[in-house]
Amino acid sequence: MTTIFGVALPVLTGQLLIGLINGSFYALLSLGLAVIFGLLRIVNFAHGAFYMLGAFAAWMLLNFAGIGYWGALFLAPLIVAVVGMVIERTMLRALYGLDHLYGLLFTFGLALLLEGGFRHYFGTSGQPFAAPEALRGATNIGFMMLPNYRGWVVVASLVVCLGTWAIIEKTKIGAYLRAATENSTLVQAFGVNVPLLLTLTYGFGCALAGVAGVLAAPLFQVSPLMGSNLIIIVFAVVVIGGMGSILGAIVTGYMLGIVEGLCKVFYPEAANIVVFVIMAIVLLLRPAGLFGKDS
Amino acid sequence: MSAKHADTIVMPTRKSPVPALTFAALILVLAILPAFFYPIFVMKLLCFVLFAAAFNLLLGYTGLLSFGHAAFFGGAAYVTAHALKVWQVTPEFAILAGVAAAIVLGLIIGAVAIRRQGIYFAMITLAMAQMFYFFCLQAPFTNGEDGIQGFSRGHLFGIIDLNETMNLYYFIAAVTVLSLVLIWRIVNSPFGQILRAIRENEPRTISLGYSVQRFKLAAFVMSAGLTGLAGALKALLFQFATLADVAWQMSGEVILMTLIGGIGTLAGPVVGAGILIGMQNFLATSGLPVTMVLGGTFMVCVLLFRRGVVGEILNLLERRRG
Amino acid sequence: MTATDTLTAPATVARGGGAAPQLKVRKLEAWYGESHALHGVDLDVYPGETVTLLGRNGVGKTTTLRAIMGIIRKRKGEVEFEQKSIMRVPLHRIAHAGLGFVPEERGIFASLTVEENLTLPPVVAKGGMSIEKIYEIFPNLFERRGSPGTKLSGGEQQMLAIARILRTGVRLILLDEPTEGLAPVIVERIGEVLKVLKTHGVSVLLVEQNFRFASRIADHFYVMDHGQVIDSFTVSELPARTEALNTALGV
Repeated sequence: MTTIFGVALPVLTGQLLIGLINGSFYALLSLGLAVIFGLLRIVNFAHGAFYMLGAFAAWMLLNFAGIGYWGALFLAPLIVAVVGMVIERTMLRALYGLDHLYGLLFTFGLALLLEGGFRHYFGTSGQPFAAPEALRGATNIGFMMLPNYRGWVVVASLVVCLGTWAIIEKTKIGAYLRAATENSTLVQAFGVNVPLLLTLTYGFGCALAGVAGVLAAPLFQVSPLMGSNLIIIVFAVVVIGGMGSILGAIVTGYMLGIVEGLCKVFYPEAANIVVFVIMAIVLLLRPAGLFGKDS
Repeated sequence: MSAKHADTIVMPTRKSPVPALTFAALILVLAILPAFFYPIFVMKLLCFVLFAAAFNLLLGYTGLLSFGHAAFFGGAAYVTAHALKVWQVTPEFAILAGVAAAIVLGLIIGAVAIRRQGIYFAMITLAMAQMFYFFCLQAPFTNGEDGIQGFSRGHLFGIIDLNETMNLYYFIAAVTVLSLVLIWRIVNSPFGQILRAIRENEPRTISLGYSVQRFKLAAFVMSAGLTGLAGALKALLFQFATLADVAWQMSGEVILMTLIGGIGTLAGPVVGAGILIGMQNFLATSGLPVTMVLGGTFMVCVLLFRRGVVGEILNLLERRRG
Repeated sequence: MTATDTLTAPATVARGGGAAPQLKVRKLEAWYGESHALHGVDLDVYPGETVTLLGRNGVGKTTTLRAIMGIIRKRKGEVEFEQKSIMRVPLHRIAHAGLGFVPEERGIFASLTVEENLTLPPVVAKGGMSIEKIYEIFPNLFERRGSPGTKLSGGEQQMLAIARILRTGVRLILLDEPTEGLAPVIVERIGEVLKVLKTHGVSVLLVEQNFRFASRIADHFYVMDHGQVIDSFTVSELPARTEALNTALGV
């Protein structure tokens, strides 16, 4: 059997795949955080809760409305976006003029509210959610058997991440977003409806978390606490990457997922904390983060 | 002058009047409280009062929002429990060991976190504390999910039996009051003035020639040490140290206590801890989802009630006066 | 006798040829936080006019523009644009009323290309310049259209800042210190651009420290001090006033 550094190849590729999958979620979530933070200057602590909400929305669509995976992939993020936009319009908006820490505290409370609520009504055990028919089974890709659904998750998240990047970098609305991130007052004075842009941006960021939730549902089951530990790792990812850059958030997300996967092979005891250790090292060497401009 | 007259996270602090009277009143209250309440409840409350006051030293007087104080609280609890159970030292040494551990942890986490400010500081402390959580989850001495339990509280200085409830009560009450006095002294010392200057205008404090990073780290470590003291007392009280004490939810709770009571006020943490512990006690038997109510409380406080109970009262008094 | 005494004489020449003022500002007050920056500004801009606000640093000229535009929300008094009050209009609707703003710091976005910067402000009315026409007037911008906005020189950035407002079809432009820190050649170019604006019938309310520059392009002048307008005169009265003005402005 082929080995690399004394590790069997299938073990290595298997862990790399898991790393890539985790990286897909880190990338999707940190991308959403970066988009929201860029414009609203709010660290969305509720991002993990919106991810959970996305998964639950998919589960509910299936169990209460008979809408399957593909429909949910479109509808669940929309539901999450609407919830996010309502919260932005009714509450978050009141915090814009204040210290940014209040935004963090408010969304922390929101995360507790959402997670506490779902835990109360659904309990802590996960609800199973089957992968769609078309993506069951596995494909032999030469050096390993690739479960089709896992391959799909990696591809789908890449498409969503790059699509988001393209929207922000190449379209008119993306130009509004970038400009408003730099100087929202002036963009508003030019006649752009910035308050609406803020709402849409928050909704879009939340929808990205919702997409991640739907993608995650068949992999990790649907549970109220699925987002709470994830969000802390994603915070570390965001600190490592620096929140200033969209592409930086994506790249850092995938990179850390892979590093974490490798760590599971070579030093499994540290796999849980490797992202945090990297964060500490990056902070000591380059406080602004890998892709961050100086704050 | 910028149009950004942002409402900062902390309210301007007023010079508090000579607190001798306040502390005397506090001692009096503590002396009679066990006559009305279950002493264990009052002791738990005191641990959290100390926790919140230590936390407020950092948030209220230095302007740093730590989302990782559970690490110091729970870390000290583990070490104290371990010292009592395995090393079998007397409680005062067990507590000292717990505080020392919290200080070391505070130095490590603080040194990393002060590299960034504001929300980044909050996220970094959260991440570092989560790292410590995973460490506790895997380290053998913490017994993983079971935690450390089943040890005797021992005899204070080898003489006073802390398994006697009222002995324990007076010990915890005395330690808490002394710590609050210490915090008051810190806040009103020249050191405290510099912390406040950092909170109000960091660049200006730097330009005045102060090594702001050192002061921040010092404040962080002091806050961590006092938080450790609270955690050590809690472990002693409940003869129990678990993962719940190091989990991020605990960090959230102490923030909420400080926020409800009034950030940057001396009495705020006392009031806030009282309200939150009372609320939790009530909710535990009510069948309402505790986390959900806490989350909602958080949101309401941030939206409508940023001064907290004590802050609102002070504000009202000031307005009446002015 | 102080300089202000001579300056308070009312304007004698009728403006606007009987038309109503396009922009009418009355008793405008504004605050930055607690600090009271404007203490009742009165001024008019008639259709097609170029009006200059003069005054020393810190007397409230920029604040006046920002308060008219509604960027400063803490304000009191009356601002009418084309006979309609715009005091309660949300900031993002002001431009759609026909009012454009070029800030002192130019407001070129670093994360946008030159062309994106140029096309950023939405077109709010017909009659704006086409992109082709703008590129014809500013060939530099065409050459650099793909590079980041802030990679342009200061002069080019100012051109870009003005050009992007030309595109929108607004009928009145609030222009804050367009010549600040620029070389004489560039200042010359900006003067030409402002004349082009005039031929298109666009009114301009200009804040300018460069008195010589202003005197060549403006039809009417207001002098501000301590957050108020203390004098008002037309270009024909300028020669008689130059000396007193120099004293008042501390030139």
